[in-house]
Amino acid sequence: MKPSRRRFLHTAGAAALGLGAVPPVFKAMASGSAHSDDAHDAAGSDTKAPEHHGGGHSAQPTTRKGAKSLKAKQWAMVIDTRKLAHAEDIEPIIEACHLAHNVPHIPNQKHEIKWLWEEHYHHAFPGKTNRFLNEDVEHRPFLVLCNHCENPPCVKACPTKATFKRESDGIVLMDFHRCIGCRFCMAACPFGARSFNFRDPRPFLAETNKKFPTRMMGVVEKCNFCAERLAEGLQPACVEASSGAIAFGDLYDPHSEVRELLHENFTIRRKQGLGTEPSVYYIV
Amino acid sequence: MNDRNWIICGLIIFGLLVLSPILYNMGTAAPAPDLVIPQTAGEKCVRDTAYMQAEHMQLLDLWRHSVVRQAKREYVNPEGKTFNMSLSNTCLDCHSNKAEFCDRCHNYASVEPYCWDCHIDNPKETE
Repeated sequence: MKPSRRRFLHTAGAAALGLGAVPPVFKAMASGSAHSDDAHDAAGSDTKAPEHHGGGHSAQPTTRKGAKSLKAKQWAMVIDTRKLAHAEDIEPIIEACHLAHNVPHIPNQKHEIKWLWEEHYHHAFPGKTNRFLNEDVEHRPFLVLCNHCENPPCVKACPTKATFKRESDGIVLMDFHRCIGCRFCMAACPFGARSFNFRDPRPFLAETNKKFPTRMMGVVEKCNFCAERLAEGLQPACVEASSGAIAFGDLYDPHSEVRELLHENFTIRRKQGLGTEPSVYYIV
Repeated sequence: MNDRNWIICGLIIFGLLVLSPILYNMGTAAPAPDLVIPQTAGEKCVRDTAYMQAEHMQLLDLWRHSVVRQAKREYVNPEGKTFNMSLSNTCLDCHSNKAEFCDRCHNYASVEPYCWDCHIDNPKETE
């Protein structure tokens, strides 16, 4: 048979039609098998974590919040610096925090890990340093910590979403599992609230609290507003150790303790002009 | 075709060399480790043994995601029992023998989970 242009075009056309029919056929086959997979999943899978529906027995395992956990729209803290006038008043508070969270005490300042620490007025409030200041306030020690900003720049900087603002209560948290140690968040934070583990922190822990993990080399850490204590219905460790000088509560509940304190006292916040909306207020 | 014998010899030597690690280790596979199951009377694990053997890593992954990112710290298993999702506390409360329970099998399977870099291994053991 002599090959002709007409015959060639016929064959090519038929082949193209045949190839075009392949994907729909495959799709139909795949969806057919997927349907049976779905049915199997519904019976045995457990990776889904649906909301808790009112107790009782359920064949599906679920995860839920504890009944005792404290709830808020945005947690906030009011520190009454008048009641914390000396370094001796502040030390036990820092100690309580660092013990609760296995924060190591590393002598080398370059490797220091800080969750809650003492700062001079000039460093804590650089925009509010008049030339002639009330001497009492100027030389008062100020407790500083992560401000759990309503508009946190660290969260925007994190490439892995290891640090995130928790939708349920506004706490800016760290997921140490995801942190890759790039330290963008440290550069983004205007308050220096984040510390990097340049070395394994474990040798620098005198005692460990089993209720909270330690960290490993290469992750960034910071204050977590005691999220693990709030889940158990407890106040943060620093609030508990402050004997009334630090108040904690929901910023958006007009009857909360913090709102009442904010209503009655004049308060300042750190670097407010940057627009990060810090949630830690200071009564001076 | 004069080099036929040489080529066949070479191929045989090459084949033996490639297979030598397998031949050398034939029949000497390490026995599967026997795990020491904790003797906590009456306590039942979060899930059944078959599930835990096959899926404990998925379970722990779900736990860490739920606790850290969703603030949900309680796990209700299919029997309706509630557990606090904590590796260092809930799991190790029963499996207090990490060295004989976790490590043996992980060493055998040559996996190095980095859980223990941060999560505190049972202090009862070190005391």
